[in-house]
Amino acid sequence: MDKTPKIKKEPLIKLSKREDLDRKHRYMYRALAIVAALIVDGIIITAIVHMNPLDIYGTMWMGAFGTSRKVMVTFKELAILLVISIALTPAFKMKFWNLGGEGQVLVGAWATAACMLYLGGKLPTGILIIVMFFAALAAGAIWAMIPAIFKAKWGTNETLFTLMMNYVAIQMVSYFIIKWEVPKGSGHVGIINQSGQEGWLPYIGTNSYPLVIGFVLIVTIVMHIYLNYSKHGYEISVVGESQRTASYVGIKVDRVIVRTLILSGALCGFAGWMMVSGTDHTITTSLAGGNGFTGIMVSWLAQFNVLVMSLCALLIVVLGQGASEIATTFGLNEAFGDILTGVILFFIIGVEFFINYKVHIRKSGKEEA
Amino acid sequence: MSTLEDREVAVSLRNVTKTFGSVTANNNISLDIYHGEILSLLGENGSGKTTLMNMLAGIYAPDGGQIFVNGEEAVITSPQDAFDYQIGMIHQHFKLVDVFSAAENIILGMPGKAKLDKKEVLADIHKEIDKYGFEIDLNKKIYEMSVSEKQTVEIIKVLYRGARILILDEPTAVLTPQETEKLFFILRTMKERGRTIVIITHKLQEVLELSDRVAVLRKGEYAGVVNTKDATESSLTEMMVGKKVELNIGRTEPHDVKDLVHIEHLTCLNKYGRKALDDVSFTIRGGEILGIAGIAGAGQKELLESIAGLQKAEEGSSILYRAIDNNDEIQLIGKDVNDIKNLGISLAFVPEDRLGMGLVGNMGMVGNMLLRSYNEGRGIFTHDTAPTELAEEIMEKLEVVAPSVHTPVRKLSGGNVQKVLVGREISLAPRVLMTAYAVRGLDINTSYTIYNIMSEEKEKGVGVVYVGEDLDVLLELCDRILVLCEGKVSGIVDARTTTKEQVGLLMTKYSGDHIAKIHLDTLMKEDD
Amino acid sequence: MFSLVAFIPRAILQGIPLLFGCVGETLSEKAGSLNLGIPGVMYVGAMCGVIGGFLYEQSCGGQVVPFLAIMIPFLSCLAGALLMGLLFSFLTVTLRANQNVTGLAMTTFGVGFGNFFGGSLMKLTGSAVPSIALSATSQCFRKALPFADNLGWFGKVFLSYGFMTYLAVAIAVVCGFILAKTRIGLQLRAVGENPATADAAGIDVNKYKYFAICIGCMIAGLGGLFYVMDYANGVWSNDAFGDRGWLAIALVIFTLWKPNVAIFGSILFGGLFILNLYIPGAGMATKELWKMLPYLVTIIVLVVTSMRRKREHQPPESLGLPYFREDR
Repeated sequence: MDKTPKIKKEPLIKLSKREDLDRKHRYMYRALAIVAALIVDGIIITAIVHMNPLDIYGTMWMGAFGTSRKVMVTFKELAILLVISIALTPAFKMKFWNLGGEGQVLVGAWATAACMLYLGGKLPTGILIIVMFFAALAAGAIWAMIPAIFKAKWGTNETLFTLMMNYVAIQMVSYFIIKWEVPKGSGHVGIINQSGQEGWLPYIGTNSYPLVIGFVLIVTIVMHIYLNYSKHGYEISVVGESQRTASYVGIKVDRVIVRTLILSGALCGFAGWMMVSGTDHTITTSLAGGNGFTGIMVSWLAQFNVLVMSLCALLIVVLGQGASEIATTFGLNEAFGDILTGVILFFIIGVEFFINYKVHIRKSGKEEA
Repeated sequence: MSTLEDREVAVSLRNVTKTFGSVTANNNISLDIYHGEILSLLGENGSGKTTLMNMLAGIYAPDGGQIFVNGEEAVITSPQDAFDYQIGMIHQHFKLVDVFSAAENIILGMPGKAKLDKKEVLADIHKEIDKYGFEIDLNKKIYEMSVSEKQTVEIIKVLYRGARILILDEPTAVLTPQETEKLFFILRTMKERGRTIVIITHKLQEVLELSDRVAVLRKGEYAGVVNTKDATESSLTEMMVGKKVELNIGRTEPHDVKDLVHIEHLTCLNKYGRKALDDVSFTIRGGEILGIAGIAGAGQKELLESIAGLQKAEEGSSILYRAIDNNDEIQLIGKDVNDIKNLGISLAFVPEDRLGMGLVGNMGMVGNMLLRSYNEGRGIFTHDTAPTELAEEIMEKLEVVAPSVHTPVRKLSGGNVQKVLVGREISLAPRVLMTAYAVRGLDINTSYTIYNIMSEEKEKGVGVVYVGEDLDVLLELCDRILVLCEGKVSGIVDARTTTKEQVGLLMTKYSGDHIAKIHLDTLMKEDD
Repeated sequence: MFSLVAFIPRAILQGIPLLFGCVGETLSEKAGSLNLGIPGVMYVGAMCGVIGGFLYEQSCGGQVVPFLAIMIPFLSCLAGALLMGLLFSFLTVTLRANQNVTGLAMTTFGVGFGNFFGGSLMKLTGSAVPSIALSATSQCFRKALPFADNLGWFGKVFLSYGFMTYLAVAIAVVCGFILAKTRIGLQLRAVGENPATADAAGIDVNKYKYFAICIGCMIAGLGGLFYVMDYANGVWSNDAFGDRGWLAIALVIFTLWKPNVAIFGSILFGGLFILNLYIPGAGMATKELWKMLPYLVTIIVLVVTSMRRKREHQPPESLGLPYFREDR
């Protein structure tokens, strides 16, 4: 029975939770992580294109901000990513993992395109835009509401349900794209209502981008107020913290879940509306372009703080624009940006650990008790 | 049998310290545990007993100090290390996998043949445990087991790992007096067989009944050790609390008792469709404290939640509330929390799970005050002037220790969290005050604050319902006690004339062979 | 004309990548880690295999030795997938990062990795079409039993596949056995159900998680390799693999976390995936609607299991949650 246990050494690394880090240090840690990520990205770039990484970052900067047109494009991309991130935020704050942003944006875009095609020329453009707007919001809302109802009633796993809804949306849109394709057999819808521009958002300057950016700015501010100061926002926080606490004080959890997802989906639909009516004027199955997923990461990394979210989104968009500039300059392909973004995300995800935990490394030699 | 004097030291702790953030759970504690003894580790809730033992069990690593096992320095960094030193701990919150069978839980983490052969495993376990005489169905899934059966599985689990030093954390908290007797019998048998037992507890009678020596902790500090035969309840209390305290709850005679809520034929189902409450009838009266006793999971939760409008009741159930002004009776069945509130009925409810149900851990006191009132006031925005004032008032009146009214309440100590919750509920000026395990985990002073609040409310004519687990407190605090057993009312007794044993028997009135039985005669015959 | 004998082999070929992905994800989920990076891992696995095969074909001028032509892509694929697994484990287990976010970032990265190097290889070969063909390597992978053709429908349905098809089935059977019938499997499931319990029982929770995630990723990576080398005849074109990775995750739920069931589930999903080609009179557009089927079926399974609430059919209890022993 007597086995002699092996004498063990004090472990090399010990962890403990910490709660004492102030806001300034938290942001400093995150900033350091981004710098570290940019260094790693620099090494990757240098390894692939054999150039001074500083020149590369210079090129990337020019790619994002080099001309006034590029600045406009960058901010338009930022607006789209940001509005999707913001759309997903109330759901996340409630701990509802809405991975269905892609699908919700897409059905919003689909509803917008359908209105443009079928009602274009039959209604005055002003009214048409309003009809499109509500159609897009309704479509996005319905798409998000379906998994929400099942979650609220039966606790159906929303992560996977919303994910599957993306592909249902993609297939549905594929069907309509073939129905609407111009010319027949091309597989593309092409620019909708190019001649009469029915249902296009009005231009400010040479395009509608400023309008889109303005809309998103308004949505950002309103969402900030909604989440932090409204009764609904308070209910969302309580439900997110503990559903039992919520029912204990009489908050109808299922109703809050469905209501919040309707809001979330409608905002995604709104993003789809802006893309079809304001920027792209066409519809493809890849219209959302992964922003539904990137938005999740942006929203989570910013810990639901709408203002931090803007900065996160800006970083990712600038990187993406810069990477596509490099891709064109050096004949690489667009996917290059995804790799760089991936590296940055890994670093930002990883740094949270050092914000939440303290690491003690055993000093060499005997430690005093 | 060796005498206490010539026993060898099994484990000694030397200057052990452990901190969590800014809280020092154990400060510089030195303690010896002898081979073959039953040592009680006594202390109030929050005095650091569990933390100290968790360091022997490899759950926590000490920040400073040394541990010696059989005279040699031991570094225990994981539960596996603890097993290597033949130390096993039975935690208060059982560490069992619900969807596994008892046997699967017992062999978990143990070396052996890669392929599992059910028969072989069962035979193997029986070989280890038969001498102690447990009777349990090893193929039963944990989620189908009663609390006492789960505890049996936990004990078998550590014995099967060859533990010679067993640490039990508050093992009787969830048992009836009868089950406790059986457990003690097993523990004594294990001691006879040369096992060393440490039992963590805050119940004095148990200490005196069972142990050889008592070590006492007070607020994370070591307060000394005594031989049980030299100790009395009051001497131990003094060691535990640091000064002599009067262990009396001032209970007044009820006056102006009025019927407030009539509950009749209340039946409801749990989420797996089993009857959680079965034809429950009783009356809540204003001006008295109604205690509710029962083993864990006998339907206490469902009972309170039904009255609070949180639980769906079956056909035929009735909860009639008598309005004070006009004696109108209002049916509460089918009404939810908001309906009840809108009818002007003020129900206060202090639930068992304070941070998971009563409060929001990540919000400050103000945010938590808002819980009951966020919907008041016009417009779509919340207003926080009134809640801020309320938070400040509670902080002052109940002496809540917190950096500010905006500090997330999860950072406060257990006692302060409960003060915040009770304070808020009392501020509703309730007609009925329901509390579930209101003093669980609290130190003596805070516990008495809570008892006093309940007595004050009773004096005001409020109908107080107190769900408790400590029968001594129930008998001293309440006017009547309703005993639940398997969702049925097994008795409603007068707290002034009933004994603990009678309540204990009522607690298991309907549970036949549910409890893991111990074959006493097997134990008698065995000699070691 | 619809012919079952022709349909089943096609469904199986469609199903095998999903089977690899599903079994890999099941292992990981049983240890409590919801790895949404699996789609990315499958891309990386496929691309590493392609790179390995490409370099080998280039170096020997098309005269490939079958053993090396199989082993080089195979091992490069495993290595690539393993690295992804280590990354996920490091971030979610050691650094306790949120699994959903880490997984999504890995998918972004992995798909980008596949497409980027795919594009680079195309540029290197100066290929006129946007794809790379590794036909010699692929032939080695696709080699079926020589007598399969002589056995009529039986040979066609059961014996006409390359070795990786049988490997997938074997891995699924072995994983099913390990999870259900062995000590290691029991301990792995304990980690996924209740890590604190497993820890108190002396099980090294982090080690189990690392192994489950990494082996899971390697198995999933093989799904990508199978797709390129066997199903697609060695032709890589960007984004061709599509959303099969997500479908593999859906399949985990569909099969209720049972690798044995996944063998049939994957064939069923494969069948649903190509059913549109067999619908008489369906136009181009209608076919797109039929492609919704596997997703709709998964949604239905999700909904039905959540409504039935059977204890044994629920996901592992601590799925998606990080574990820290000293959490209070």
